[in-house]
Amino acid sequence: MSGTFVGMPAFPKAAHEAVNNPTLRGNLRHATHTIRAKREKAVAEVSDWAELREAGKRIKDHTLRHLDDYLVQLEESVTAAGGIVHWAADAEEANRIVTELVKATGESEVVKVKSMATQEIGLNEALEEAGIRAYETDLAELIVQLGKDRPSHILVPAIHRNRGEIRDIFEREMSEWGRPAPQGLTDTPAELAEAARLHLREKFLRAKVGISGANFMVAETGTLVVVESEGNGRMCLTLPETLISVVGIEKIVPTWQDLEVFLQTLPRSSTAERMNPYTSTWTGTTDGDGPKTFHLVLLDNGRTDTLADEVGRQALRCIRCSACLNVCPVYERAGGHAYGSVYPGPIGAILSPQLRGTTSEIDASLPYASSLCGACYEVCPVAIDIPEVLVHLRERVVQGGEVTREGNKVVLKPAKGHAAERAAMRAARWAFARPGAVRAGQRLASRTRRLHPRRLPLPGPGKAWSETRDLPPVPAEPFRDWWQRTQGSAK
Amino acid sequence: MRVALFLTCVNDTLYPDTGRAVVKLLTRLGVEVDFPMAQTCCGQAHYNTGYRHETEPMARHFSDVFGEYEAIVTPSGSCGAMVRELYPRLGERARAEGRGDGLATALAPVVPKTYELTEFLVDVLGVTDVGAYYPHKVTYHPTCHGLRGLGLGDRPRRLLQAVKGLELAELPGAEECCGFGGTFSVKNSDVSAAMGADKVRNAESTGAEVLCAADNSCLMHIGGTMSRLKVDMRPVHIAEILASTEEEPAA
Repeated sequence: MSGTFVGMPAFPKAAHEAVNNPTLRGNLRHATHTIRAKREKAVAEVSDWAELREAGKRIKDHTLRHLDDYLVQLEESVTAAGGIVHWAADAEEANRIVTELVKATGESEVVKVKSMATQEIGLNEALEEAGIRAYETDLAELIVQLGKDRPSHILVPAIHRNRGEIRDIFEREMSEWGRPAPQGLTDTPAELAEAARLHLREKFLRAKVGISGANFMVAETGTLVVVESEGNGRMCLTLPETLISVVGIEKIVPTWQDLEVFLQTLPRSSTAERMNPYTSTWTGTTDGDGPKTFHLVLLDNGRTDTLADEVGRQALRCIRCSACLNVCPVYERAGGHAYGSVYPGPIGAILSPQLRGTTSEIDASLPYASSLCGACYEVCPVAIDIPEVLVHLRERVVQGGEVTREGNKVVLKPAKGHAAERAAMRAARWAFARPGAVRAGQRLASRTRRLHPRRLPLPGPGKAWSETRDLPPVPAEPFRDWWQRTQGSAK
Repeated sequence: MRVALFLTCVNDTLYPDTGRAVVKLLTRLGVEVDFPMAQTCCGQAHYNTGYRHETEPMARHFSDVFGEYEAIVTPSGSCGAMVRELYPRLGERARAEGRGDGLATALAPVVPKTYELTEFLVDVLGVTDVGAYYPHKVTYHPTCHGLRGLGLGDRPRRLLQAVKGLELAELPGAEECCGFGGTFSVKNSDVSAAMGADKVRNAESTGAEVLCAADNSCLMHIGGTMSRLKVDMRPVHIAEILASTEEEPAA
């Protein structure tokens, strides 16, 4: 399994394969449509949803505006409660810190709570290089790990798999990692869950080190919060002697009262539940209860750079609910892997090119992985205007300009491969400033209309269009000529 | 009332029938329509593809051409949304870049008086029964920028329901994007085509003869897919349905 996606092709190429894979299309269609309908119902039950959405947005914006102060406050609270705080500027530093912390315990295995931050930095691979085995304990992450696969969704990373595929993975792979799958395992959900339960239980009971992320960090008390459905996270958070949490710096909320908003909007937006089954909170360490040692690794990894961008910074409000993925028609057909990041879907398309920059082929293509239909913005519980940020990032790709990378202002050059488009856009702008030129073009098209094919064979936009769609016929005269002949001259 | 028809460059060049239908419809409802000959393009494709700075002179041109009219009516949800939603943003961004209020001030007059056709009919003229006759089974696809950008709501449906002879069929998955998305349709043609094919199959399942929408760009994509998939339906702009009467039925 790789969380780093090195050398991914551009989005359209990766999506091409997914679009033509009928099993994947079926799995995704079924899963996204089911959760989409459930979310709509769960949200409709809340009479003050619009106010909650606005409150969530404001709390996040306020916190991001004063992030420096809240981070210091959080460090003080966590330290006062017996935790140890580490600061990691990037993935490499975070991985190094965690690896050293695990090594210091003398252990060679860890159990993991489902965590996007550790996926983002490729922690499992870094630990593996140091001879430490990381066991994913979230059911879907387990499926992904056993299947030597990559996550394709933020909340349900094995969404691209159906029950039959999961049964096959369990039967084939579980014995490699620990307790094998029971004999004669079928694909009924209860049997699959029981197989995972038995497989994971021995790991929970043996583990001395747990690794987690967090959904929220409360600055006033230094409390971390994980919300989940299975209870496997709580096992990892309470049973081991050492707990290491890797959390993005944008996950802070100032007070417990702020949690009130997100604990309503997050479950309804993500799993369509009124309340998630398990909400675990911990504040430093407590004698005789839970881990004896608690480390918090605060991760930047591009977040401060993102915060420096006036338009793009709203992406940092994200609470990782996945509602935008579930409602996105592009995600539904392209699948999560095409986005080349642990953050797929609309939010991934604005987050990855900001956290990683727009220089790689995949990151430069992500801002275009959207028809700008706006369904993502509509469902976002913290009102991230994803289409606005997508267009902003397209501008960064085609025009370049000033951005912040690793804390420094740098001037980006326009991305390669857009020269013809740029020339066409300039030419169009020139013509559109001259109605006469537009008219001449229209007349030329009308006079030659019988020569226009409905398919264009040469590579380029014409072929991309006409491979699956006929071109519209050109009318005998443009509207403006008719207008001038009739109404126009009558006045 | 005298209004300017902002037809859009796509309609002007490829869909003059839609323009004629808007003129016929509004004239029938007692509105005096002018077509300013200097109009070209609102700049939506430039803006959405990342060429914001190239868009600015086009937006200024739009404002110069249309600024004096009482109201500006356009038979396009996405071009309407461009003016109403995104022109203010052009101004804000220019200001944020330290270029002052010039652009925002120049564009401000056209923003509040630009209406998408169905909005103009229902909100400004206050009519839902426009006296149309269209004896066909029709299904309606709400296009994204009209639906989510302008918030057209049920206005188009109310207009269609009042058309004599028209049978309106519910479109499954109506609010899902058809996959056009401007340059998305060629930059991500596989996904775009897959979305288009699903939209066409859903439309076909209604048994309607006509798929109606308020945006010809989306209809160009849906219609092109229909004819390639050999689906026996046709795309028709809502203006052409509303313009059709018993005396002068649409073709």
